[in-house]
Amino acid sequence: MRDPQRQLRRPTRRTLGLAVALLAVVVATSAIVAAASATTASKSANIKVGLITKDATNPFFVKMHAGATKAAKRLGATLMYAAGKSSSDNAGEIAAIENMTTAGVKGILITVADGKAENAAIAKARKKGVVVIALDSPTVPQSATNALFATNNFNAGVLIGKYARAATKGKKVTIGMLDEHAGSSVGALRHNGFLKGFGIKGSNSQIACVGNGEGQTATSQTAMENCLQKNPNINVVYTINEPSAAGAWTALKNAGKTQSATTIVSVDGGCAGVRNVRAGVIDATSQQYPLLMASRGVAAVVKYAKTGIKPRGYTDTGVNLIAKKALVGVRSKTVKYGLANCWG
Amino acid sequence: MTSETSAQPARAPSPLEWIRRFLAAPAVGPFLALLLTMAFFSLKSDRFLQGPNLSLVLQQVMVVGVLAIGQTLVILTAGIDLSVGTVMAFGQIVMTKFAIDQGFSPLTAIALGILACVAFGVLNGALVTGVRLPAFIVTLGTLNIAFALTHIVSKDLTYPPGTSGASTLPSQLLFFGRTFTVGHTEITYGVVLMFVLFGLAWFSLTQTAWGRHVYATGDNPEAARLTGIKTWRVLLSVYTVAGLMYGIAAWLLVSRTELGDPNAGQTTENLDSITAVVLGGTSLFGGRGTVIGTLIGAIIVGIFRNGLTLIGVEVIYQYLVTGVLVILAVAVDQLTHRRRL
Amino acid sequence: MSEPQQPILEARGLAKRYGQVVALDGVDFELYPDEIVAVIGDNGAGKSTLIKALSGALQPDEGEIRLDGKRVRFRTPGDARSAGIETVYQDLAVAPSLDIASNIFLGREARRRGPLGLALRMLAKRSMRRDAARHLQELKIGVQSMGQPVENLSGGQRQGVAVARAAKWAERVAIMDEPTAALGVKETRQVIDLILRVRERGLPVILISHDMPHVFELADRIQIMRLGKRVAVVTPQTHTMPEAVAIMTGATRGELEQALIKEGPPAELPEEDA
Repeated sequence: MRDPQRQLRRPTRRTLGLAVALLAVVVATSAIVAAASATTASKSANIKVGLITKDATNPFFVKMHAGATKAAKRLGATLMYAAGKSSSDNAGEIAAIENMTTAGVKGILITVADGKAENAAIAKARKKGVVVIALDSPTVPQSATNALFATNNFNAGVLIGKYARAATKGKKVTIGMLDEHAGSSVGALRHNGFLKGFGIKGSNSQIACVGNGEGQTATSQTAMENCLQKNPNINVVYTINEPSAAGAWTALKNAGKTQSATTIVSVDGGCAGVRNVRAGVIDATSQQYPLLMASRGVAAVVKYAKTGIKPRGYTDTGVNLIAKKALVGVRSKTVKYGLANCWG
Repeated sequence: MTSETSAQPARAPSPLEWIRRFLAAPAVGPFLALLLTMAFFSLKSDRFLQGPNLSLVLQQVMVVGVLAIGQTLVILTAGIDLSVGTVMAFGQIVMTKFAIDQGFSPLTAIALGILACVAFGVLNGALVTGVRLPAFIVTLGTLNIAFALTHIVSKDLTYPPGTSGASTLPSQLLFFGRTFTVGHTEITYGVVLMFVLFGLAWFSLTQTAWGRHVYATGDNPEAARLTGIKTWRVLLSVYTVAGLMYGIAAWLLVSRTELGDPNAGQTTENLDSITAVVLGGTSLFGGRGTVIGTLIGAIIVGIFRNGLTLIGVEVIYQYLVTGVLVILAVAVDQLTHRRRL
Repeated sequence: MSEPQQPILEARGLAKRYGQVVALDGVDFELYPDEIVAVIGDNGAGKSTLIKALSGALQPDEGEIRLDGKRVRFRTPGDARSAGIETVYQDLAVAPSLDIASNIFLGREARRRGPLGLALRMLAKRSMRRDAARHLQELKIGVQSMGQPVENLSGGQRQGVAVARAAKWAERVAIMDEPTAALGVKETRQVIDLILRVRERGLPVILISHDMPHVFELADRIQIMRLGKRVAVVTPQTHTMPEAVAIMTGATRGELEQALIKEGPPAELPEEDA
């Protein structure tokens, strides 16, 4: 019964040998790459700053990484960067906190994947004299980190909530909401801010559906499709971010909805997102400034290293509403402004 | 075999043949890889070889390491377990929820959490042996079931709920996160437990009849059955023991993160445990491999993550290197263990 | 074997049906001490089914099996094995990654004496290896080391290990189901020699084989099966190979009445088989 395998294996022997040799080359190359980047890193200054993001692919975090790298270079510090495998990879973030602490960083800037899951590791790092600054997402409680540099996510939600309210004045409203995932502190703040701005409570019967889109286009499309099955009349859509909004629009479009009949609001202000505002897919978005969060974070750590003064409390890195169509009673910036200041 | 057989001369082993045999010996390849990796990082970073750092690596490895013990057993029987991570997450939620919400005594809560994982192991084993479904399918199913139960039971709350800073979990749940000091190095109790479990697994696999039967069942199930081994019982016991390991890993995870996290175990643990097993030289076709190799495999992954951070290389390279190593390990397995006839 | 003695293993009127298909149709069988009985027949003649019934791999619908004159019922291969009947299968039924000693003792591992064995269930590896080495030596199976995995052996040596395992544990009967089918010429020779040595040690053997020359070399008696029935029992002395093949294929009317057995036991057979 193993004979077929045996026959198969014979001719593949040489191929396998070749594959192994090729792999060895790849290993050697990556080792050299690693070693090379290591030497460049260790040559530069002695203040080390760590940056940990939820994942390494979201343009928001890419921009953050870029801002931190630039700031570190300007201030003569060394940046260490790590990211989780996905936006809920707590174990990866914890290991990164520990490893960076061992590596001797002065401070860690982190976008936590969960409000609480990283707290124990953060506490240990702080005990060893490492300053920890939460970027973008607060820990629960916020005091688990030394400081928080973030958009006021609640305000970001309020802004788009108000816009959506103004845009649908006098219409019958059916709301669909696409959150990130359970336990996301940012998600909860934006969600609740939207409700506040719209002037309703979470139990309001106008809310037809609340889904989890993981902040990703494909997952959000699926979630919105299911929401539309539940209630096909949805005409106001809140989304956690712009990729999620893009997914939601695809679902709405496939269900025969038009741009003018639906109001989609989102948060982030990424370049792709602002372009979607220009195209009319997204009606309004709250733009935030990750580059600023990261560069201010790096500066704060460098300051701590030099003066011993620890950053404290909450620093608002600002938020602006970007809308194609300005509405009465809602302050907003133009698409042009949004594109000039967007990230990603 | 008889006197005529000697006419068939024993091939004189060439030097290459010796190298091949040496590399084929259990866990030698992984061990060499570990040494090379360690040598590389100790040259690149003076912090790497220090006790506290090595202790940290082990601490980071302990959860996946214990999961990988269960995974090794399953893979030795030519199965695969995709449910490791979410089953562990479920056990972890059961532990923390029962300890906090239902007011069970901490040890009872822990026992219930472990029992929940054992139950999943029994379920996996029963479906694989009783209904004769492929392990891949069965555990893909239980992966999702455990995931759903985790979120249903926890109501998506991280335990303990509330917003207090310090963990309010009972100290028994956190025991394996505590440390004791040897020299200047703090060693985590969980790491000790991991080593003890690896020792027990090694003993059971190499020194008992059960271990032989596990290998035989994975190697040639028909032959095992015909020699009188009750292979269904072997398989059921393997999945059950694996479940027990996931339960213990759940306890270790709670100790490490000091909370019950419904999002734990989704992303990396399943594949990390398989990675450790494969890097350790265990064949995915079953019947070949060692649990010591798995330990080394798990440590290699941890060392890459730690070492690359220490020398300032982005963690993303860890995945690159791990990927290459996995393929290399499987290729070496194929090259060295090819049946010769 | 001039006077009828009690068969060690005996079957009467075994029948097995799979729906419309009659695999065994009231077959008798007997094996006497110290003999090798070969069972031959075309594909579908029922020889495998007969052997499976005798080794416990399946249960016949009708008929009975007697071991030393006592009626036995084998529900599993384990039942047959614990009654002292061991079977060697054609497809090299060994665990390739385990070593020789482990294969010989597979399913029958010996534990250490004392607390290590009782409490920790620790294996007595060394004594098993010694025992296996001695056993293989007695059967003149030459292998370098008991510690090498079976997959490193040649096919003949591997089957040698399988035969040795059967010889070691079979107290009453060894069944060899096409033991040489997967082997080359030279390796086949080795296994045949080995089977003869097993018989010399006083263990009766049932041999299933397609290979007529080997059957005629090894067997004391040859049971010929066709279409689920026993059509003849011949000996190498009374019949030539072409005659046996002719009976097997139905070219000669090989009913038991015509298949004269001048010597040897089963004198009562003809009446039973219609």
